Amino acid sequence: MVKNGQGRRILYAILILLFLFPFFAPRFYVYLMSLVLLYGLLATSLNLVLGYGGMFQFHHCVFYGVGAYATALILTKTQLHPIFAFLAAPLSGAMLSLIMGIICVRLSRLYFGMLQISLGSLVWAIVYRWYSFTGGDDGIHGIPVPEIIGSTNGAYYFTLIITGISMFLLYLIVNSPFGKTLQGIRDNALRSEMIGVNVKLHQLAALTIAGFFAGVAGMLFVVVDTTVFPEMLFWTLSLEVLIMCLVGGWFSFLGPMLGAAVILTLRTIVSTYTVYWALVLGITMTLVIFFLPNGILGFLEERLMRGKKADA
Amino acid sequence: MLEVIGVSKSFDGFMAVSRAQLDVKKGEIVAVIGPNGAGKTTLFNLITGLLKPDSGKILYKGEDITGLDPYEIFRKGISRSFQIVNLFMRLTVFENVQLSILSREKRTWSFFKGASHFFRDETDHVLEQVGLKEKKYTLAGFLSHGEQKILEIAIALGGKPELMILDEPTAGMSPEETFRCMELIRKLREELDLTILFCEHDMDVVFGYANRIMVMVRGETVIQGTCDEIRCDRLVQEAYLGVTHE
Repeated sequence: MVKNGQGRRILYAILILLFLFPFFAPRFYVYLMSLVLLYGLLATSLNLVLGYGGMFQFHHCVFYGVGAYATALILTKTQLHPIFAFLAAPLSGAMLSLIMGIICVRLSRLYFGMLQISLGSLVWAIVYRWYSFTGGDDGIHGIPVPEIIGSTNGAYYFTLIITGISMFLLYLIVNSPFGKTLQGIRDNALRSEMIGVNVKLHQLAALTIAGFFAGVAGMLFVVVDTTVFPEMLFWTLSLEVLIMCLVGGWFSFLGPMLGAAVILTLRTIVSTYTVYWALVLGITMTLVIFFLPNGILGFLEERLMRGKKADA
Repeated sequence: MLEVIGVSKSFDGFMAVSRAQLDVKKGEIVAVIGPNGAGKTTLFNLITGLLKPDSGKILYKGEDITGLDPYEIFRKGISRSFQIVNLFMRLTVFENVQLSILSREKRTWSFFKGASHFFRDETDHVLEQVGLKEKKYTLAGFLSHGEQKILEIAIALGGKPELMILDEPTAGMSPEETFRCMELIRKLREELDLTILFCEHDMDVVFGYANRIMVMVRGETVIQGTCDEIRCDRLVQEAYLGVTHE
């Protein structure tokens, strides 16, 4: 999609707008945009295994939450240099993902998803109950973030840069031989095996990478919000991220990012009027499934392709 | 080149393949025929490692490959195509074949370099050989049935095989498509020095292209021989060709 000139120009324009955003937008919107970016990254990391890998990772937020907690705990409980706190998030996300992956990857499809939810909920229960270490259901507040990224704008630019780099890396991975192999496995695991691909090992690697970038997103949340709480690992959040992928378009690289923007904006607007946000989310989801089965971006791309064919 | 010695496989007590015998010499085109349910596909699944035999031995170039995993057998130079189309439907024709080459060359663990830089020429070459080059940017799912069957063969070719196993390569094709497909297979065999093992229901195809034929009935090998031997064999005529002797 980024290959053609027009797509690239649009992308550059969006990047420039994002860089200038804090100069004209009020503080709350800068904060909101930071959330959109990091949730977008989280959804994109999920989509690596969901849309490109065809694995039903129903409980992806575990890695996000664990990454966030790793950063928060190192920043509050140790005297280590903050850089270790930031590095700990992706590493712990990847490590947990690898361990859970080894257990889950032997199952296929729905069973994979169910076991994944169970194991993830186990991690949530530990974080929720271990008061002395994680703060239990209170979470941890007022996490001391280094000064340079402590302000709203500082946190925004930090998030923008890290998200940008991560998205670029994910884009490379999706289009690499590994990414293509993963898509081959999604389309036809049996045939992949017949042409000599070690299917489970590739799936495991994809899960680990997805866990890594979910951890990055968790770390960014700590910087933006300076809090962590157990709900970050709760499965309802995982569902919301899954919905972001579906709404934006899970067969498009930037679909989940767009989905994150749509869902978070919608939530912010709806929450000012009613507490029944979940109801609105449900209706939105139903409408998308019926009318845009490939998501918003998938729909737009299809229209664009059809337009081009009509021209030719 | 390939030797199947007394291989058996049963599913819940049903003998799908029973003491099957088969040998394929280098450069031959060997056909396996038999009525539906005779165990032809099961035999192919056993050779390519999708199923493990209960007993018996499979030798490839004198080496025992019984019970190896599919990817190991693929890397030894045995590729196969499937009776029911078995493609990567959401990938392009080009990517379908490229994936097979990437896997053969063990490059699937490359993370950051664009896949489009890998094995471009070789992929194009394979597509040209099978005549799918004009369709290279089409998604596999959008091809016609005949084209999908050809792509099946192209994916198998990507593994640079020495032995190609084709499970009903012309199933569901029109007579004209069948003819083109078989001519393609004959051409590939000559150009690439392939050995081919296939099964087929169309007797014109079998007798027109095979050097030798193996007949299976109810999982057992009835006979293996040249076309003429098969035509004259009484048992085959009774069991398969439908001729009864008074």
